[in-house]
Amino acid sequence: MTLLIQTLIQGISLGSIYALIALGYTMVYGIAKMLNFAHGDIIMVGAYTIYSTIALAHFPGWLGVLSAVVFCGVLGVVIEFLAYKPLRGAPSLNVLITAIGVSYLLQNIALLIFEGKQKAMPLGDFDFPDLKVGNTGITVTGEVIFTITLTVVLMIALTLFINKTKMGKAMRAVSEDKDAARLMGINVNRTISVTFAIGSILAAFASLCYGMSYAYIKPTTGSMPGIKAFTAAVFGGIGSIPGAMLGGFVIGILEKLSSAYISTQFTDAIVFGVLIVMLVVRPTGLLGKKIREKV
Amino acid sequence: MSERKTVMSVNGTEMFSPPSNILIPTRDEGKKPVLDVRGLGIDFGGLRAVDEFTITVSPTEISGLIGPNGAGKTTVFNLLTNVYKPTRGAILLDGHPTAGKSVAQVNRMGIARTFQNIRLFDQMTVLDNVRVGMSNNIRCNFAESFLRLPGYFKAEKRSRERALELLSIFHMESEAYTLAGNLPYGAQRRLEIIRALATEPKVLLLDEPAAGMNPSETHALMESIRQIRDQFGIAIVLIEHDMNLVMGVCEGIAVLNFGKVIAKGTPDQIKNNEAVIEAYLGRQEKKEA
Repeated sequence: MTLLIQTLIQGISLGSIYALIALGYTMVYGIAKMLNFAHGDIIMVGAYTIYSTIALAHFPGWLGVLSAVVFCGVLGVVIEFLAYKPLRGAPSLNVLITAIGVSYLLQNIALLIFEGKQKAMPLGDFDFPDLKVGNTGITVTGEVIFTITLTVVLMIALTLFINKTKMGKAMRAVSEDKDAARLMGINVNRTISVTFAIGSILAAFASLCYGMSYAYIKPTTGSMPGIKAFTAAVFGGIGSIPGAMLGGFVIGILEKLSSAYISTQFTDAIVFGVLIVMLVVRPTGLLGKKIREKV
Repeated sequence: MSERKTVMSVNGTEMFSPPSNILIPTRDEGKKPVLDVRGLGIDFGGLRAVDEFTITVSPTEISGLIGPNGAGKTTVFNLLTNVYKPTRGAILLDGHPTAGKSVAQVNRMGIARTFQNIRLFDQMTVLDNVRVGMSNNIRCNFAESFLRLPGYFKAEKRSRERALELLSIFHMESEAYTLAGNLPYGAQRRLEIIRALATEPKVLLLDEPAAGMNPSETHALMESIRQIRDQFGIAIVLIEHDMNLVMGVCEGIAVLNFGKVIAKGTPDQIKNNEAVIEAYLGRQEKKEA
């Protein structure tokens, strides 16, 4: 019982990280109708930004996080402007391949600057006390509490932003019908830029949480969580924001459960296997919208 | 129907130089046209979809654009809103050329439209659909709205009230929180008009507003179109196949066939125009075989 609860809590924590990343995938897909496979590498960039600010420039921890948030946000907008905007209206395969190219570009730039050797994340400022729950033997680590809290706060903020603000309304309008939105005076390009910025900012926060849990980073750090988060986004129904949150938690819990009860070796096989089953049974994902065919 | 008179073109006038005979309602006499379209044309490959399209619309005129299927009516709307970039010709909106502007910019300059096949934001509420249209008029910056400062609350309240006010034109306030996609067909058409009005246009383009409506709904729509013109003081250009509506509500009509204007005039002039009758009914065959 203790193991189960412990595992579930860890799963929720890992799922939070996936959910934060999955939100970036799903929002960009919803608005720009493209799969931004470079999104996972934004986490890596965020992690290296934190590393550089704290370990190399000796700034305090909060400034490291702030610089990662700003740098990733700007980077997301710049990538969209340079790589994807010129391909607006191009076949989706072209955009997809470009995104993979951007992914490799980011990884190799990081390899040039920081070399392949893994670096320890200098997150001493984010060392929070563990929480022991009575005498049940359950211990919730500080980073787990921090990760879950941060994720919940960010999700509430995002939900309010999408539903309550002018830009949020513009984003929903653009994701439904870009041309009609344009004719209502909405600047579609600016809306897409803001979407990339928000997605990348969430990824920067994810890189903080990831760094806290895994402690070491290398240039390919973003790939695996990126792909898992993509799985989560598809699982929840790509394009759906609640779907990405739900999908993230499901994949995270599934991953922890299977490594605790089945085998750590098979964890990835099980996670991706579940995705395949999902796509066969319910191609639109858990909360995905049905695709309406217009005749 | 208001009194009308025919104004001959006077080239070299300071105000504007209409390229052909135009008709303006007497109340708009002496005012600059809100929409001045000259020699507009677009080619799709070798096909001249629209050619030599010239109209002027005065500031509070209701005008109709009619013609057989495939005549290029919707293409004209797409040109007016810059969705298609014209191959030839110029569009002056309130004296300002729209060439080189983005679709969103042209909307903010003062042209809004509805669609032949309804294109509402189905997953958003009726109220939010209207507020999407309004979002570009009610100012409230990014940081402010995110931090929920008092200015944001005020702007938010103002935008909500304004949206409800607009909905009241068609008595739709009670459906403000319904998802647009769940509205019945007629209500969706009406909501599209309100959403377009929310962008505060000077010219409202209605693409087949009465499509799929029954005669009593169409009659109510005619009243609404006049009411909107009076209340907002804007020009309305509509594409419509329902001749009762066109003849009943339009002050000036342009008839399009194969991308060209074949007739312009008052409803009475159009009804008796040979070229129009031919375009719609075909040429009378000689009684031989």
